[in-house]
Amino acid sequence: MEYTRTVEALKEGTVIDHIPAGQGLKILRLFRFADTGERVTVGLNLSSRHMGSKDIIKVENVALTAAQANELALFAPKATVNLISNFEVVKKHKLELPEAIEGIFACPNSNCISHTEPVESHFYVRPQGTDTKMKCKYCEKVFSKDIVAEVR
Amino acid sequence: MANPLYRKHIISIADFSREELELVVDTAARLKRQPRNDLLAGRLIGSCFFEPSTRTRLSFETAVQRLGGSVIGFADGGNTSAKKGETLADSIKIIGSYTDAVVMRHPREGAARLASEFSAVPVINGGDGSNQHPTQTLLDLFTLRETQGTLENLTVAFVGDLKYGRTVHSLVQALSLFNARFYFVSPEQLAMPDYLCEELNERGIQYTLADSLDDVIPQVDILYMTRVQRERFDEAEFKKIQGQYILKAEMLKNARTNMKVLHPLPRVDEIEVAVDATPHAYYFEQAKNGVFARQALLSLVLNETV
Repeated sequence: MEYTRTVEALKEGTVIDHIPAGQGLKILRLFRFADTGERVTVGLNLSSRHMGSKDIIKVENVALTAAQANELALFAPKATVNLISNFEVVKKHKLELPEAIEGIFACPNSNCISHTEPVESHFYVRPQGTDTKMKCKYCEKVFSKDIVAEVR
Repeated sequence: MANPLYRKHIISIADFSREELELVVDTAARLKRQPRNDLLAGRLIGSCFFEPSTRTRLSFETAVQRLGGSVIGFADGGNTSAKKGETLADSIKIIGSYTDAVVMRHPREGAARLASEFSAVPVINGGDGSNQHPTQTLLDLFTLRETQGTLENLTVAFVGDLKYGRTVHSLVQALSLFNARFYFVSPEQLAMPDYLCEELNERGIQYTLADSLDDVIPQVDILYMTRVQRERFDEAEFKKIQGQYILKAEMLKNARTNMKVLHPLPRVDEIEVAVDATPHAYYFEQAKNGVFARQALLSLVLNETV
């Protein structure tokens, strides 16, 4: 049987695989991969044996940090993150929900002081049932993670 | 050893432990009984009201002066460099370098927390938008303890606007550290927010949502009234609900003898004036207690021991 790769193999960089279909672009924006200037390959709605369909992101010459991997846990807790060097997987990140997230999302509360002052946004993260709640350090309002992620 | 509030920022009631709340209440009771005029001697307090306030500002400034301290500041953000576009961060850095502590009110939520990150001296939150007003909660706790002799196991009804009232939210959170039992009496549109009810569920605190003030009055130690603001409703809707959340003197005939009526003030018409003459009315004494609670807090923040 002829086998073709949907996405080309990566020499150096990071592969984020097993992203639930539909979350790929959100994650691309979250980490601003497009701004790195590096080659980014994105696959959307690829077929997956376990997930039905999935998204995948490959970024050349960028190593995702452990902190970034944890931020990823907000949107795709079951994603896998492999760091690649010379075509080999040299490290796999285990995703854990971070205790806090700084500087990525704007606070959805338009009257929050963080919008007008020289500070990074800061949310405390807490899982609640199937949802994840995010509490702004400044205005103390609590939001569902999807509300916070929409705002950016 | 220094008291646990010494040189601390006072931003949110959620930052307080049960012991710290009790320390403030005990200190307020002592200062009410035995006034002191030396605890802030030689200290200068910045009173920075970026948003106007009558009671909070005057009671803070009274507290400082009664304790022998002095005050600089402003009563309205319109006359400050904030108007010229200066950030709050910069303003507070400067004011903090002139003073020993800064008391502030600001129209934006989170302003006090932010200020505390830029100030070299303690920041005391006198209200940040709709978020927190911790000194109101401290004076409420002091008043509860003064009238009931304890903070433990009290039954408290909150009446009126429970959705937007930061006073109510903070007091509910503080009292849940003392195993309180709550009744929430409000129009559906102004009901207690879900996130707070979830918090109470998690802590195993009992609460009942009630429609009728009459049914609740005989059950409680404290009836905490708040104002239902006309602007939250259209006119027809307001007329329909208006009468249901007004306290009249005759409604108090089945109240427990220890029951006290509190209100953060200003009241408009939600407590009939005739209630003032009943032994249950305690809202004016409560407002007076604001000075003692703020004296206690300032003393603890600015002195290792009180």
